[in-house]
Amino acid sequence: MNPLIPLFVMIPLAGAFLIMITGRFAVWFGRYLTTLILTVLAAFSIFSLAVTGENTAVYKVGGWEPLNGIPIGIHMVMDGFSVIVLCIINIVGVLAALYSIPYIKRYTSENYYYSLFCLMIGGMNGVVLSGDIFNIFVFLEVSAISSYALVAFGVEKNELEASFKYQVLGALASFLILLGIALIYWKTKTLNIADIREVFSTGYDRTYYLFVQILLLGGFGLKAAMIPFHAWLPDAHSSAPSPISAMLSGVFIKAVGIYVIIRLFFNMFIVTENISILITVMGTLSMAVGVFLAIGQWDIKRLLAYHSISQMGYVILSTGIGMILIARGKSPEIAALAIAGGLFHLVNHAAFKGLLFFNAGAIEYSTGTRDLQEMGGLAGSMPATHATSFIASMSISGIPPFNGFFSKLIIIIAAIMAGFYLLAALAVVVSIITLASFLKFQRYAFYNKPENKDDKKNKEVPLPMVFSMVIMGILCILLSLLAFPGIRETILEPAINILTDPLKYSSLITGS
Amino acid sequence: MTTIVKKTTQLMAGLVFLYGIYIIIHGHLTPGGGFAGGVIAAGSFILIILAYGSDFIRLTRKEHGSTMYENLAILIVAFLALSGLFTGACVFFLNWLPRGTTGELASAGMLPLYNIFVGIEVASSIVTIFLALVIFKEEMSE
Repeated sequence: MNPLIPLFVMIPLAGAFLIMITGRFAVWFGRYLTTLILTVLAAFSIFSLAVTGENTAVYKVGGWEPLNGIPIGIHMVMDGFSVIVLCIINIVGVLAALYSIPYIKRYTSENYYYSLFCLMIGGMNGVVLSGDIFNIFVFLEVSAISSYALVAFGVEKNELEASFKYQVLGALASFLILLGIALIYWKTKTLNIADIREVFSTGYDRTYYLFVQILLLGGFGLKAAMIPFHAWLPDAHSSAPSPISAMLSGVFIKAVGIYVIIRLFFNMFIVTENISILITVMGTLSMAVGVFLAIGQWDIKRLLAYHSISQMGYVILSTGIGMILIARGKSPEIAALAIAGGLFHLVNHAAFKGLLFFNAGAIEYSTGTRDLQEMGGLAGSMPATHATSFIASMSISGIPPFNGFFSKLIIIIAAIMAGFYLLAALAVVVSIITLASFLKFQRYAFYNKPENKDDKKNKEVPLPMVFSMVIMGILCILLSLLAFPGIRETILEPAINILTDPLKYSSLITGS
Repeated sequence: MTTIVKKTTQLMAGLVFLYGIYIIIHGHLTPGGGFAGGVIAAGSFILIILAYGSDFIRLTRKEHGSTMYENLAILIVAFLALSGLFTGACVFFLNWLPRGTTGELASAGMLPLYNIFVGIEVASSIVTIFLALVIFKEEMSE
């Protein structure tokens, strides 16, 4: 058993409470401890990515072996898919922690911030590593509750309102998820995802099954802000401090929303055509409506938040196409291509959306405003922010050499090959509108006004913030390598195999 | 509050607290355990604060203390869980202490230890939440 698996959860949790104790005497301790913890975890996650590949690691907490083939203990599972999301969480996490060092000095009670940050990381790592549906719920609540507090961290009127809205909708989502889990437990008498799959494959009541699926899709859809459930996201993501916006938008909605939806609907439920069509429709709606809501925004962070909805729509659309093809039982290689496009876009979105929120935070740090109409002419005074935000904007709009181009290309090719021509055309149109809205961002933030050389007010942000942005910018370019054969096989292929093969996940864990 | 309430609380609070401790340390033998016992123990503190009013104790200082106990207790639980990684089979949450005779107070390996620290954690966090609400209300009325 790989002893690193529980450490992914325990190190940030222990760090959070240690910061609360030492924070009373030394505020600097939390600042550096958080960065240290996240650096260690990022190194662990890259190591795990290198060693996992096709060998799924199952960790039985407390050493409880299955009894008569029924798993009785808590299982933690690290497979090709979860290790990719784990890398996203911890790498974006370490950059956000570095970025926070100068950024959060403007707020009071820094130690609470770092403690909540560690709790959120621990919760998300727990969600991703858990092989047990109730543990997913527990860790989801750990990360969700710390994110409610982090959204309200500014304690101004807007922040509190956004956090309240987020809490109400988040509590509704938790209720739907818990009800879904309870109904599953009632019928199957087990909570282990692999074991539930085995019980379902012996036969199930069709209406009951559909009801549970809808409940879970509603709950996790709220967490992932798919379009009918998106109302909380623009407020919450734009009110949070910028490193937290980057974590929420770049990581949180993926780890507790999209990851769990994909995991449950591929590996726990048997893929059926009606639910996969529903998921595809929701993805298409998110993709198209999100971008139209985004284009009229003048607040940078709200604009970026609406684009998160739209870009997540691409991921859901693409995996939905894969699900439809699997449910129809034909052309598995196109299904694999569609899922690959979705996963690739998931990874890319973490890089460029995290970077864009870092840029928005840097502009806000320097000029003190988030309104695009009030800024301008920053290209000369903030060169690093300008360069990195150009990379990120081109990346999210799908312009070639950058990573967004390759993932959108794969998604569009997969949609055409699967025969969904309208969806492919819509994906192209949405991408063009995204380009338009990011050209607007570039123009109003960095050009528009003549440069004022005497203005001493707008300076480049401190070094740790620049460092985080530059590393993210490099990642945006490097991640396009994932599209090439050779690298794609080693990283994306294991994840796709575990999702497309209907029996692989459950047989690896229950051992039958 | 009236003298009757204050006197009754004086008599009862100690008993409630002792009952909470009883539930915690018999967690591995009888129904209940760290969580239930912790809630009962926190109840005795809350009873005193309700009966004597918030002027009786300097609440903010108490809140600092209870937060500290809460964090320490959860850290100890985490280290007990991690201690399983460094002994024998290298498994997280391993029950590596000798089990003893079933039914005796000192038995079941690590379980009484987990119960005691979970009890401290739950009791102090419930007192913290209660104090936070009381302090918030007093700050708002000023």
